[in-house]
Order: sequence, then structure tokens, then C-alpha cells
Amino acid sequence: MLRNAWIIPLLPGLGFVAVLLFGKRLPRKGAELAVATVGASFVLSCIAAVQWIQRVDDHSGKEAVGGFGRALLPTQEGGVTAVERGFTWWQNSNVKFGVGIHIDGLAVMMLFMVTLVSFLVHVYSTRYMQGDRRYTHYFALLNLFTASMLLLVVADNTLMLLVAWELVGVCSFVLIGHWWEEKPNSDAAVKAFLTTRTGDVGLMIGVIVLFFAAGTFNIAVINAKALDGGIGHTLLVVSAACLLIGIIGKSGQFPLHTWLPDAMAGPTPVSALIHAATMVVAGVYLGARLYPVFFRGFSIGDGGLNAMALIGGVTIIIGAVLAFVQRDIKKVLAYSTISQLGYMVMALGVGAWVAAIFHLFTHAFFKSLLFLGAGSVSESGSHHSFDMKGDMGGLRRYMPITFVTFVIGSLALAGIFPLAGFWSKDEILVTAGQTGYDAFLYVGLIGAFLTAAYMTRCVYLTFFGEFRGHGEPHESPPTLTVPLIVLAAASVGAGFLNAEAFGIEKFRDWFEAGVSLPTLEHAEFDTVKAVISVTIAVIGIGIAAYLWFQREELGPFRGFTQRNAAARAGYRFLENKYYLDDLYEKVIVGGIKGPVARASYWINQNIIDGVVNAIGRGTAIAARETYDVIDQKVVDGAVNGLAETTGETGGLLRYVQSGRVQRYALTLFAAVGALSLALWLVY
Amino acid sequence: MDWFDSWGVTLAVFLPAAGMVVVLAIPKAQERALKVTTLATTLATLAVGIAMLARFDYDRTGVLQFQVNKSWIDVINSRYHMGVDGISLPLLLMTMLITVMCVIYTWDHFPDPRTPKAFLALILLLETGMNGTFCAQDLILFFIFFELVLLPMFFMIGVWGGPNREYASIKFFLFTLFGSALMLLSFLALFFLSDPQTFDIPRLAAQGGGGIVASTQNLIFVGMFLGFAIKVPMFPFHTWLPDAHTEAPTVGSVLLAAVLLKLGTYGFIRIALPILPQAAHDWAPWIGLLAVIGIIYGALCCLAQRDMKRLIAFSSVAHMGFVMLGIATLTNFGINAAIFGMVAHGLITGMLFFIAGSVQERYDTREISRLGGLLVQAPRLGWILGFCAMASLGLPGLAGFWGEFPAVLSAYDPAAGISQVTFRVYMVVAAVGTVLAAGYLLWMFQRVAFGTVKTEFEGAHVHDVHWPEWIAWTPLLIGIVVLGIYPNLIFRITDGAVTNLAHGMATAIG
Repeated sequence: MLRNAWIIPLLPGLGFVAVLLFGKRLPRKGAELAVATVGASFVLSCIAAVQWIQRVDDHSGKEAVGGFGRALLPTQEGGVTAVERGFTWWQNSNVKFGVGIHIDGLAVMMLFMVTLVSFLVHVYSTRYMQGDRRYTHYFALLNLFTASMLLLVVADNTLMLLVAWELVGVCSFVLIGHWWEEKPNSDAAVKAFLTTRTGDVGLMIGVIVLFFAAGTFNIAVINAKALDGGIGHTLLVVSAACLLIGIIGKSGQFPLHTWLPDAMAGPTPVSALIHAATMVVAGVYLGARLYPVFFRGFSIGDGGLNAMALIGGVTIIIGAVLAFVQRDIKKVLAYSTISQLGYMVMALGVGAWVAAIFHLFTHAFFKSLLFLGAGSVSESGSHHSFDMKGDMGGLRRYMPITFVTFVIGSLALAGIFPLAGFWSKDEILVTAGQTGYDAFLYVGLIGAFLTAAYMTRCVYLTFFGEFRGHGEPHESPPTLTVPLIVLAAASVGAGFLNAEAFGIEKFRDWFEAGVSLPTLEHAEFDTVKAVISVTIAVIGIGIAAYLWFQREELGPFRGFTQRNAAARAGYRFLENKYYLDDLYEKVIVGGIKGPVARASYWINQNIIDGVVNAIGRGTAIAARETYDVIDQKVVDGAVNGLAETTGETGGLLRYVQSGRVQRYALTLFAAVGALSLALWLVY
Repeated sequence: MDWFDSWGVTLAVFLPAAGMVVVLAIPKAQERALKVTTLATTLATLAVGIAMLARFDYDRTGVLQFQVNKSWIDVINSRYHMGVDGISLPLLLMTMLITVMCVIYTWDHFPDPRTPKAFLALILLLETGMNGTFCAQDLILFFIFFELVLLPMFFMIGVWGGPNREYASIKFFLFTLFGSALMLLSFLALFFLSDPQTFDIPRLAAQGGGGIVASTQNLIFVGMFLGFAIKVPMFPFHTWLPDAHTEAPTVGSVLLAAVLLKLGTYGFIRIALPILPQAAHDWAPWIGLLAVIGIIYGALCCLAQRDMKRLIAFSSVAHMGFVMLGIATLTNFGINAAIFGMVAHGLITGMLFFIAGSVQERYDTREISRLGGLLVQAPRLGWILGFCAMASLGLPGLAGFWGEFPAVLSAYDPAAGISQVTFRVYMVVAAVGTVLAAGYLLWMFQRVAFGTVKTEFEGAHVHDVHWPEWIAWTPLLIGIVVLGIYPNLIFRITDGAVTNLAHGMATAIG
């Protein structure tokens, strides 16, 4: 299966075409086809994962596994090699562009994670989207998205990665705008596309620079050259910086994170799949995939401050803080996603590669669990509302499964032992401490505190207190709850793959294998730090619980923002999302769309075109004067070239007006034709 | 099939003209016969094109094939020299395809005043001009075809155009004629300065400007530049384009965008670059500058538009900027990208103009603010618009990307001796242009297709895509996807010829 991993993205790709073409005629409107193709991909991904794990385990016994892949690329330390396969896709002046797959531990892990979440989301959607206006379209696009994401994962070169990257972007655009009848939804879709595309400028230039620096798009070669000094440092710095801009755009990092909360306008399963578990981690994946470029470009090994760690660190805090002021449960989760993506990017920035992708892995489960949980609440509890303060509250009594799984997801997110989030977040923090990035260790701890607190608030508002909505809330049907249970199980269990405390390092062994990486420090489990981080999370939960549970809405702080001017200003600052949206939408976009565009067009119409018209008019006047003064009065009778031109123009006009042009045209062209023919025959 | 090798090009060029003669002979009243004749002629021409594609020797794409070289006007040593190589073949085929689709689209959509005979005859004449330009290997021949194109388009805009058609058509005509005059002057200069005196393009290219003083070369180049740049059109010579597009009937707009603009860029690649390599080299940074200004400026003007067609017209300025950027690098990579971009732009922008025409036909307006909810009333038309908008903004996997991205890529590393720093700045500016492109296309799509139907059109019966539209559009849509997935289809044809060209230029510069 490893050599044939290209089938994994192909299946949903075919599914997309089939659902689009025949979906409406099928008994279940194409959903069955979509679910089946993704399910098959999931099964194949599992097989690939098992084979990969066997390969890694075999290798730890023997020295080399030869002849498995067609082209075996040696990685560092003579470890397990990635499986590569490809062919020339197109060629342009002796530069070949390949299409191929590169399967290593990272890719296998991603294949498994993406297909699993996607499959569950597909299943969930069959019920959640029931009766939707564009049910078939929805499934077709979900399939296309999955195919593109998988393509991005298996791509063996940066160009293919760029292609897949843009394709997931366009799927995201259409799915966010799924209910495009309402303006806010289509606005959100356009905003998401444009913001990520702004980041893509960086990606595009980064890919180009790397292409010329390494002489190829092939990722393995680029990585190898970055590691052994085959690419100059300046070029690495430039390309790392450019690619980072791409990551910032796609993975919702500060300052381009603003599209992600708006993207919640899409259907909830889409938020779970695309805007939590998969597409938004594409940026992190890019960072992990081309890690040598970033590692060397940003000199991560030196322990100095670098842009990647900084961006990640800032994003952790600004995302988490905004999660406190949201009324909309999905927006809480969206800001939480931004914050958690910040952890991953920061982890890459401090040299914690394994920790970063481990967190990517665990986060996918508990965050999609939380989103699907929110979807379940809106479906059966709050009458399709996501307003926690207005339409929820007390739902734990009516929706026990949703409640329990949601709490598991929240605890995992908060990093409570022994759930998945604990292990991965802990690993990030420990590695940051060990590689000399102490400052980021503290940032991570503050983030952990904030995370625990805002999730407590969110759980409280949704499931505790009195029910504030209307109608009769009840538990969701199994199609919705079974995916929740599966994801809850993964949120509990996934962390044990790399439970350093118990000496388990399976995740690292399996998924670091075959990836070309610089020599990295590996986290040693540190009980003290683990205890500190859990304690901090518990304190976060405790304080939040005190504020919301005990004293019902903020206790002594209730009305604080009304009493205290500074607090009010702070709250308004948060409510306005640091005014970044205003800056982007009103100042930058508004400026370009408004004054700048209008000014350009004004210049076009009045200056550039003005010159053209003036020349035209001037010539006409000059010609008339020539005719009147020189021709008629001075030369009288002699035919003047310029005047003739004017006359002809007038003549043509008259023909146009009188509608006799056809005859004129035909005569003219018959004449031209006859003349050419005659000339040809004569000579 | 030997006769085909010597007659193929002549057939491809003059078959439409012959069809025009037949159309003229058919009485006005027999509309069906007129249509069938025109369609049959364009289809036959396309068949010739396909036969050429089949018999083309892909191992020798750099060599002129189906060559005819007969004496024509001996006094000035101008010969009937025609032929096709890897640079012209894709463009020729695209032209033939688009023309057929235009005829099919017109089937039920004759613009007012409804005079099918004249309209169809002009389309055929236009095709002769277009095909001829792509095949001519003699400057005089090239010039004649280049100018021949002007007249039918002038009448199309002037007779069947919108309310402001007179101004637009005369502006179009005079503006391009002005460029052509200077171009002709340059051609004559080349003739007199070449040794032996000739108008033959391959022979002039072989001389590569040898024997002409550098300053003279630069002057001659400027003349040609103006002729071609106006046609492209490059900033700041583009102002005829929005007016011509806005006023032209749908089919006119399609042909104008898909083919006529390419005559300019083709002229650069076929004539200006190989014949005057040193001058091209000297002017390259300036051409690149105008190209990237065009990318940003065209996009900004797009954002200010209220009329769908005018917006698409300005988007052509931006897109042709990418093409010209690729050409300005003077690398085989960039020129390959440029040719791909030309074909892709032809298919995609051609489609966009078709759609704009269909929207206007249904709503009787192209005012973006009055439209909305196209997806509600005509979902298929709406999604096709969305698809083409995506293709136009350079979505990978569709044709537009392979014109745009490699052009940007090539700017990183222009030909030897051209300032790398300058072109790298251009690269970044061009890349930023892709964001603006996404902006204007998506906003247009959002306002036209998303949302709900505006009150004025509520309850209006809007027909979704009907059959002539399907037939006319399907091949183009397939082309956009197929070229997007397998760009090698074109690169394989152009590469050999372009490599020859770049090599020749490099040798001439030394």
C-alpha cells in the first residue's frame, strides 16, 4: 500500500466527480458514494499505517530494508527510508516537473488522521445536513476537499503541494459559503479565500526561491540540500521567511488569523473537518515537511529568538484571550483552534518537531470532537443556534452523550492528565525548556491556563445552569453521537502513543521515521513540569468555575466592565478583535477597493485616456484646419494626406450610421482579396 | 498526404475566406443556409487544424512545418512564406476552436441589428486574418493579415455594438492603426538594413540584427514595440480595450479577448525578439516594468468597475501583464509560460465574455450591483461563472495557473545580463497581483451569483444554460480542465521552438 498510496487521494477525487455527475440520481443523493470512497481511503490509510509501522519495527531489528520503494532515499543515520514514486508531469525547457508521492512517517500519520476525521465527518454530515438545499453538492465538495488534502499530504514536490494547497483553499471557500444566499456567509468565504491567498504570495515566492536554490521542486532533495549546506544561508532565510507567510495565512496565525472565526459561517461539520482538524494544519504540515529549511533558515538550533516561535507564541495568547469574549460556541472553538495552531507553530519554532506533529495529531481528534459536539448541540438542543448565552444552558440533562464527550474533549484540550492534549502539549513545553526557549515555555503555560479557563466557561454556558433556549432539547441520533464517541475515545487514547512518562515513544519512533530532519533534541519527561502544567490548567478551570459556577456569571466581577473604565476599554478592545478586522477590512481592503481603485480608474479615464482622446481630437482639428486653411485656401485642389484620413474617418462613420457597412466591407475585402490573388498569380 | 504538407497552411488560412465568398453568394433570406455554411467552413478549418496537429512532427517543433515558400511580390522580395512551428501551432488551434464556438454561440444570439449574413461573413474574414497572422513568415504577409483582422472587428463593434459603439470602434481602429503604422515603418527599416534585403522572418531572425547599429536597433524595436504593445495591450496603451470590449457584441468580445490580444504578444515572440535580440535585451527591464504595472493597475481598475464586461476587459490588461512579464525575461522558461498563458487566457477570458453576454441577454444588464442570486435563477450558468472565475484567478489544476505561476517563476532568473534584482522585484509585485486578481473576481462572483435575486428580477423567467451555449462552452471548459491537469500538452509543443528562439537570442547577444 505504501507504494500505491496515490490511490488514497484518488478515491475521494473520483468520488467527487461521480457524486457531482450522478449523485442526485442515487437513492441517498450521493452521500453513500461520498462516504464509501472516503471510507475506502480510510481503510487503505490504515493498511498503509500498519505496513509503515511494520517497516519501522522490522528496521529496528535489521539494518536495511532494501528494494521496497523504487527509489530509496537515504535519510539521516541510515534510518528507515521514505517510499518515493513519481514520474514527469510536464516539462518546460529542460526543467522537469514531477508528480509523485513521498510516503514517510509524517505522511502516514497525516493520511490516517485526515481520512479518519474526514470519514467521521462524512458520516455525521449524512444526518446533520439532511434536507439541505444542496446536499449532493455538499458531499461532492467534501470529497474534493478530502482528496486535495490527501494530495497535499502525499506530494513529493513543492509545486504539487502548492497545487493541493490552493485546491483545499477553494474547497474551503465554497464550503464556507455553502449557504451563500445570506451575505455574511459569502462575505466570510471571500474573506477566507483572500486572506489565505495573501499568505499564498509568500508560499509561492518561497517555492520559487527554493526551486532556484535547490534546482528542483522535490521536497526530499530540498531538505537534503538545506541540511548539508547545499543551499546558501541567505536563500534559506528568504525562503523560510516567505514560506512562514504562507503558514501564517493558512494556519490562522497572527496577524492573518482573522478569517478563521468568520469561517464558522460554514456548516459545522465543515468547521470540524476543514477549519479545525485538517486544512488549517496544512501550514503546520508545510513547516514540518520542509523542516530543514526552517531549522537552518531561522537557526532554530541556536536557541535564539526566531520569527516562527514568536508568531506561534503570540498567536497562542491572542487567540486564547479572544475566546473569552465570544457568545458563539463555534467562535470560542475557532479562537481556540487559532491558539492551538499557535502551539504547533511555536513548537516547530523551538525545535520541537515531534511535539508539533504530535499535537497536530491529538488536536485533530479533540477539536473535531468539540466542533461536532457543538453541532450536535445546535441540531438537537438549541434549535440551530450557536449562541451560548441566548439559546443554551443546562443541556447536560438532555444530551448526556454530547455532554460527556464534549467534556472529554474540553479536558483533553485543557491538557488534563491523562488525556491526549496533556501528552502533546506537555511535550511541546518540555522541549521548549530543553532547547533553551524558556520564554516560550512560559508563554505555553500561560496559554494552558487560558485554555482551561475559556473551555470551562464554554462548558458552563452550554451545559450548566438553566436552559435559556426554547423548544425541547433532546439527545442527538446515533449518526451524530457515534462519531462523537469514536473521537472521544481517540481523545483519550491518542496521547498514549507518546506517553513519555511511561517510556512509550511509539509516536516518535513510527512517525519521525523516514523524515529528513536535522538532529533534534528529544524531550525527556519531566515530572515537575508536567505537574506544574496540569496544576496551572486545574487552576484555570478552578478560577473559571468559581467565576461562573459559584457566583453565576463572573461573581464579584459582574458588571466590572461597566464600573471600570480601563476594563471597559479592554473589553471593547477584545470585542473588536484588537481592531484587526477593522484594519484589514476597512483600511486595507476598503482602501484598495475604494479610493485606490477609484483613483486608478480615474487616472485611467481622465489622464491616460484623456491623452488618447486629446490626440485624437487634436489630430482631427489639425486635419480640419489643414483642410480649411492650407488645402482649400492655399493649395486649393491638391489632395492632402492628413485631410484624406479625416475624410475617410468621417466616411466610415457615415457608413456605420447609415447601416451600409456590410456592402462597404465586402467590397473592400473582395478588393483586397482579389488584389493579393492577382499579385500572387502575376509574380 | 504529401499535398497536405504543402497545402495545409494555405487551407487553414484561406478556407474561411472561401467560406465567406460562399456566404456572400447565399441570399440574405436563407438564414439557415448561411449558418450551416459558416459552421461547416469553420469546422472544416478546425479539421485542417486537427490534421496539422496529427501530422505535426513533435520532435522538431522548432522547425517550420507545412512550409510554403513561393514568390509573391518580387519587386520588394516579399514572398508567400507560410509555416507553422511549436509557437504558432497552439495559438492557431485555439483560434480555430474559438471561432467554431463563436459561430455556434451566435446560432440563436444574433446581435442587433439582426443581419446574420454580414455578421457571419465578417467572422469568417476575421478567421482568415487571425490564422494568417499566426502562420505568416514574411513581414509584409504578417502585416497584411495583422491589419486584415482590424477591419472585421471594427465593423463588428461599430455596427453591432452597444450604445457608445461609434466612439469605441473608431478608437479601437485608429489606436491600433497608429501602432501598426509605426510597426510598418520598423518593418521597412529592417528590410533596408538587412543584407540581403528581405522581409523573410526566419532569415531576418538568423541575421539576428547583425550589422545594424545598436541605437538603430533600439529605435526599430520601439516602433515594433508600439505596434505590438498597443495590440496586447500593455499599460499605458490599453485604453482602447475596455471601450472596445464593453461595446462589442458578445462574439466580438470573445474573439477580441481570446485571439486578437494574442496577436500582439505573438508578434513579440515571433518577430521582435528573434529579429532584434540585442534591442529586446536592452528594453527587457522596461517591458517588464510596464508588464507588472499592468498587472497591478489592471487589477485595481477592475475593482472600480460596475459593469461585468468592463471588469473582465480590465482583467485582460492584468493577465496579459503576466504574459508580457514572461516574455520580458527572455528566457525559454518565461516564453513558454507566456505562450501557455496566451492559450489559457484565450479559453478562460473567452468563456468569461460568453458568460457576460449570456447574463446580459437574460437580465438585459451587466451592472453588477443590479445582479445577484444568479445561482438561484440559473444555477448552471452561475457555477460555470464561478468555475471560470476560479480559472481566471489562477487556481492550480486549471489552465490559468500554468500561464501565471511559471511566468512569475521565470522572473526570478531572467536571461543573462538582465538585472536580476529588478526582475525579482517584478516577481514579488506580480505575485501580489494574484491576490488582487482573486479579489476582483471573487467579489464579482459574489455579487453576481451569490445572495438572493434582486427585487427587480424576482419572478423573471431566467433560462438556464441552453443547448447552443452548452455546445459552445463544453469544449472550452474541458480545455481549461485538461490543460490545467496536463500542461505538458502545450509545453511539449512550444518547448522546442522556444528553446531555439532563446538559444538564438543568446548567441546573437553573445
